[in-house]
Amino acid sequence: MKNNLKNWFRSGSPWVWLNAGAVSTSIIMVAALLILIASRGLGHFWAKPIMEADYLETDGSVSRLIGEIHGSEIVPAARLREGGMVLPQDIDTVKRLLVKTGNRDTGGLDFRWVLERQLRDVGTPEKLMTLERYEWGNFYGYLKEVSKGGEAIASGDAAWEALQPLIERVTTLRDEIKRIERNEIGAINYQLERLRLAERRLELDEVDRDDPRYAEIAAERAAQELEYQGLQQQLHDLYREIGRDSLTGIVMDGREVVVPLSSVVRAYRPNEMGFFTKIGFYFAKLWEFVSDDPREANTEGGIFPAIFGTVLMVILMSIFVTPFGVVAAVYLREYAKQGPLTRLIRIAVNNLAGVPSIVYGVFGLGFFVYFLGGNIDQLFFPEALPAPTFGTGGLLWASLTLAILTVPVVIVATEEGLSRIPRSIREGSLALGATKAETLWRTVLPMASPAMMTGLILAVARAAGEVAPLMLVGVVKLAPSLGLDGNAPFLHLDRKFMHLGFHIYDVGFQSPNVEAARPLVYATALLLVVVIILLNLAAIAIRNHLREKYRALEH
Amino acid sequence: MNDSAVSTHGVDISALDREPRHLSLKSESITLQVKDLDLYYGEKQALKNINLDIPKQRVSAFIGPSGCGKSTLLRCFNRMNDLVDGVRIKGTIELDGEDMYSRHVNVAELRRRVGMVFQKPNPFPKSIYENVAYGLRIQGKRSRRELDDVVENALRGAALWDEVKDRLHDSALGLSGGQQQRLVIARSIAIEPEVLLLDEPASALDPISTLKIEELIYELKDRYTIVIVTHNMQQAARVSDYTAFMYMGELVEYGDTDTLFTNPAKKQTEDYITGRYG
Repeated sequence: MKNNLKNWFRSGSPWVWLNAGAVSTSIIMVAALLILIASRGLGHFWAKPIMEADYLETDGSVSRLIGEIHGSEIVPAARLREGGMVLPQDIDTVKRLLVKTGNRDTGGLDFRWVLERQLRDVGTPEKLMTLERYEWGNFYGYLKEVSKGGEAIASGDAAWEALQPLIERVTTLRDEIKRIERNEIGAINYQLERLRLAERRLELDEVDRDDPRYAEIAAERAAQELEYQGLQQQLHDLYREIGRDSLTGIVMDGREVVVPLSSVVRAYRPNEMGFFTKIGFYFAKLWEFVSDDPREANTEGGIFPAIFGTVLMVILMSIFVTPFGVVAAVYLREYAKQGPLTRLIRIAVNNLAGVPSIVYGVFGLGFFVYFLGGNIDQLFFPEALPAPTFGTGGLLWASLTLAILTVPVVIVATEEGLSRIPRSIREGSLALGATKAETLWRTVLPMASPAMMTGLILAVARAAGEVAPLMLVGVVKLAPSLGLDGNAPFLHLDRKFMHLGFHIYDVGFQSPNVEAARPLVYATALLLVVVIILLNLAAIAIRNHLREKYRALEH
Repeated sequence: MNDSAVSTHGVDISALDREPRHLSLKSESITLQVKDLDLYYGEKQALKNINLDIPKQRVSAFIGPSGCGKSTLLRCFNRMNDLVDGVRIKGTIELDGEDMYSRHVNVAELRRRVGMVFQKPNPFPKSIYENVAYGLRIQGKRSRRELDDVVENALRGAALWDEVKDRLHDSALGLSGGQQQRLVIARSIAIEPEVLLLDEPASALDPISTLKIEELIYELKDRYTIVIVTHNMQQAARVSDYTAFMYMGELVEYGDTDTLFTNPAKKQTEDYITGRYG
């Protein structure tokens, strides 16, 4: 027996089992993580049924309850009794439900905890309607009538039929308004601001008031303002049009509420939806999530600006970090004399990778934002002062801060790659009359490019998930405009931006409506993972292509 | 016994299947002249007081046991030893009468004039065409016609053209070892060097590839001064006109190949070529 055990150990099987166990545990953990955030996050977009029930308050009174069930938990009855609730003595635990009753305009709160045992006559009437709105959160209730210009045009079932085309009309109008406000008026505002700064600059330079440049600016401004007047009129008409229609709904306490259609995003009756209708609805919601702007303090709508900000920032970071890291690595490996000083520098670089990221944030704030940004403003943008241009957090400083954070990874990977180029290849090039620099450029660096890409992949993976330093150097809760748009110079490095990682933190912990936002936290987390995976896959594809191209000799 | 190719204390080179060459260093014009060369790796002296003349458009072979310094000496001729940390060199090496270790020498230019082929084939991970054109591109030549001509001539010169003419733009790494080595030779002769240094060019190849390389060396000597380091005495005897035997960093004996192999002047040379050590 003892011998058997000894033989078993000598055979190496326990070791193999241990290895396999460690690998499978890792895989299970990663899979479980993804499944958890996917199920919690993606379930949010499924059309939930609306429940209608009578709720027997513990004081005996009865009230009507309409809402979506968002969760449940078992609580000890004693705790509730301590809270002043009257419960029969023979029960130990009660199940309570988290119901989203919506209608913040009438009820004040979105969510309510109710005891399941107090519910009576629970049902899901098909006529119940959900309205997603731009203000006051969701509406749950019955549709009474639809009005056009203040006059009721349909009520009851006919109202539901009449409602959908009206909502479509409102959506078209809203898109038009958004287009005008964002693109056209945005462009005019941008130009006006540019003109204001140009004028201020002339004043600062103490150019004489009679200078023709003032007249030019004034003329241009007049032209822009004329255009603005036209757009303003157009907008005014659109706003009148969009405000024309409204609907009247009945909420759970029986009150009638008038909802202007201009604030309605969509109306649907989840209880009468079939399975396939729900699937269609699901994908429409999912698309809204990845392509739309946020609304309701980031708890509703989409997160497109955050995706855009994350990707743009990571791309900018890559553009900064790659040349810098590669040049540093080439010097360390190819030119620097390999001695104690080089070794010290190498150790320091490796240790930089271990510095907590918030420290980089503090550095970025102190050095980039205040020092560099402040001086750039003094030198190049004095006309905008005291409003800072680069003297505040923004895309440029955030990308640079992350570039410094990730540069050790790129240096280490590139050095590794350079050291793996066979000596015979270098000598072959030198023997043909190439100088050291020519050898580097024509042979060594291309051959080391897959290693550089490996470094970049690691850098991207780290940078895309980093949040703490960004909070100090340019990330915001809600950015009014994207870093890349149609106004010259198109890429606005001074602008603040939104970021998925920060969005998770903001929605999850800084939101006024934590319950409503929780699924969005998971959905955003899933999206962040997806974005990082996509960025990495792109980099890996490039690396594999390079690797195939510069496959070195297998000596 | 009186046959000139057979000696009482040398090897029988008539077995090599070639005519005796009847050469003499005194009647040659000299391309490389080594004078009082000492080379140190740190404290260790690797070459001791070498004096040697390499004749123009002949094949000179360096033979000797491992570690005797023959490769080190070869790498002095295009200053490849400069790349090694801690190397010190005393004495002079003159290429066409000019000291190549002088301060004013452009090393890249020197290496263009003195090409080198290494023990293991080292093609770049580029196409066959780009490998051959590499040296020309370094010199800034871009004209497609000119490059095409030079690449074709170099590949023909290295007896590789017929094998690769249909796949010039395929990766050079897809060639066999022997083809790769001939490609490296083509790459070297594409820039028209004066001297071609071959550092055991066939040691990593199979016998048939070796034979091709040897035939190639024989053809190339009409145009280039060739210096070859080899472990293989038969090879040295087959391809070279002059042979130097080195031992422990010293040049023991140097002379025309026929004489050195059939009638060595030194006991050490005789011991080595007859296989008593090495």
